[in-house]
Amino acid sequence: MTPEAIFEKLKTELGEEAVFDFHPVSAKDRDAWLQVAPFEIERACEFLKTTAGLSFDYLECITGVDYPDLKKIVVVYHVYSYTQKHRIVLKVFLDRDDPTMPSIVNVWSTANWQERECFDLLGVLFEGHPDLRRLLLPDDWEGHPLRKDYEEKEEYHGIPTVRPNPIELFKIQIPAKEAKAS
Amino acid sequence: MSEVIFTNEMDEEMTLNMGPHHPSTHGVLRFIISSDGEIIRKAVPDVGYLHRSIEKIGERNTYPGYMPYTDRVDYVAAMFANECWASACEKLMGITVPKRAQYLRVISCELNRISSHMVGLGAMAMDIGAVTPFPWTLRERERVNDLVEELCGARLTYNYHRIGGVSFDVPKGWVDKALRFLDLFDPAMEEFDRLITLNDIFIKRLANVAVISAEEAVDWGLVGPNLRASGVKWDLRKADGYSVYPELDFDIPVGVGKHGTPGDCWDRFDVRVKECRESSKILRQALVKMDEHPEDDILGKLPKKLKPEGEAYARVESARGDMGCYVIGAGKEEPYRCRFRTGSFTAMGIIEAKSPGLFLADLVALIASLDVVAPEIDR
Repeated sequence: MTPEAIFEKLKTELGEEAVFDFHPVSAKDRDAWLQVAPFEIERACEFLKTTAGLSFDYLECITGVDYPDLKKIVVVYHVYSYTQKHRIVLKVFLDRDDPTMPSIVNVWSTANWQERECFDLLGVLFEGHPDLRRLLLPDDWEGHPLRKDYEEKEEYHGIPTVRPNPIELFKIQIPAKEAKAS
Repeated sequence: MSEVIFTNEMDEEMTLNMGPHHPSTHGVLRFIISSDGEIIRKAVPDVGYLHRSIEKIGERNTYPGYMPYTDRVDYVAAMFANECWASACEKLMGITVPKRAQYLRVISCELNRISSHMVGLGAMAMDIGAVTPFPWTLRERERVNDLVEELCGARLTYNYHRIGGVSFDVPKGWVDKALRFLDLFDPAMEEFDRLITLNDIFIKRLANVAVISAEEAVDWGLVGPNLRASGVKWDLRKADGYSVYPELDFDIPVGVGKHGTPGDCWDRFDVRVKECRESSKILRQALVKMDEHPEDDILGKLPKKLKPEGEAYARVESARGDMGCYVIGAGKEEPYRCRFRTGSFTAMGIIEAKSPGLFLADLVALIASLDVVAPEIDR
């Protein structure tokens, strides 16, 4: 099924408030994507997974992207169907100050860890997630590093996060020509 | 999986810590296990010991400058992350790769798939107590490493692929050397089967252990050999037909539950063994077909400035399955956001769900059979 047809089907089922803003494949958007309203995502995913002809059974990837200029955090879902061999990209635009949205763990179990990672690195709160803890970073880490305004602390429990520049430290002489090039 | 009945009387639940420096956890991985004697009630993985914020580093480097970092996504099979990053950038910028470069990519990737599976298979056999196969597989891996070293100068972190092609053409006489390696490799795999894959004790140890059904595998997003071992016949190389794979003839091995149930640990082992044979088949064809295309035509035409705008998601079938790279460009030299979706990450997610009722020793077999590599989980 083409992305256009998938979008139309979603729109007729869920309504124009839930699914909108379709972007076909273009030189800018290499994969067709559409927007889903934050609190409709679970319904949309359930529909994508269970409807015959769509049967999106494989959630490939959940990505969070921070856009401070738009004051938004965007959560991107790449989904694929093993049987139908088609793909679609869903985007959910969240308020940057309060990035809260429902979890889709009940639809695809693989969302469990991917949502935890998204929470860990971007601070998106997934409501209804069974175990929303930090995954990659330590539990006492402050901040969410993939946000664009994240500032690295100078140390973590006495471990410095900055290393001295080896060129200055070991007094390495760079030939004038190469120094210019770099 | 059969229902496990825990006794409440004499309840002696025990909390065990496994790792992060445990020999069978393939790098630094930690499990917090609550168990009733030998039987696990729950094993909670604790990952992140090798988190190097590859995605954040990507936002600070130029598009070509990020290539060496992608090697570190999965150091056992670095070629695939290279290819994934390169193809994501190519998709974003609309660059076509010359045919010869595509063949060189296929050749380097399939060699890497062999060497990666060699580590996976040998380590898995060693984890459950068979020490002999490990040096055997390392011998084969050593030969592959020698070949790749001649090709690109590195043995582990290759940095071989470039946006638009590859960095070097094959050196003189290399194709013959590669063919000679395959002539040695095919009988070595026969030997390997006789040594371990079809070994009676080995089969009895692994058959019907930690069975992952096809539905579970799809639901939890398992990819690559782990998915195929559960009986789902899906391979990105066939399904998407990216690069020059449609021109090459090969099969997709799937797990059929020959000695137990489809999706048990033995199937995952066997699928990898068979995949090595398929890689050898692909290599033999690609090494010949490569010569149909002019020499040294290995880098496509790039725009003068790599400052793309937009977004793209590219996938490759890595040794650990579907690897995806999502890149967003905002008209600058550095990508706005890059994301790696890796096979080991989703494979780790399933362990907490699969562990209740397993024996402690079988958890080791499960981890090993999923062939997870710690840096690929944490990135």
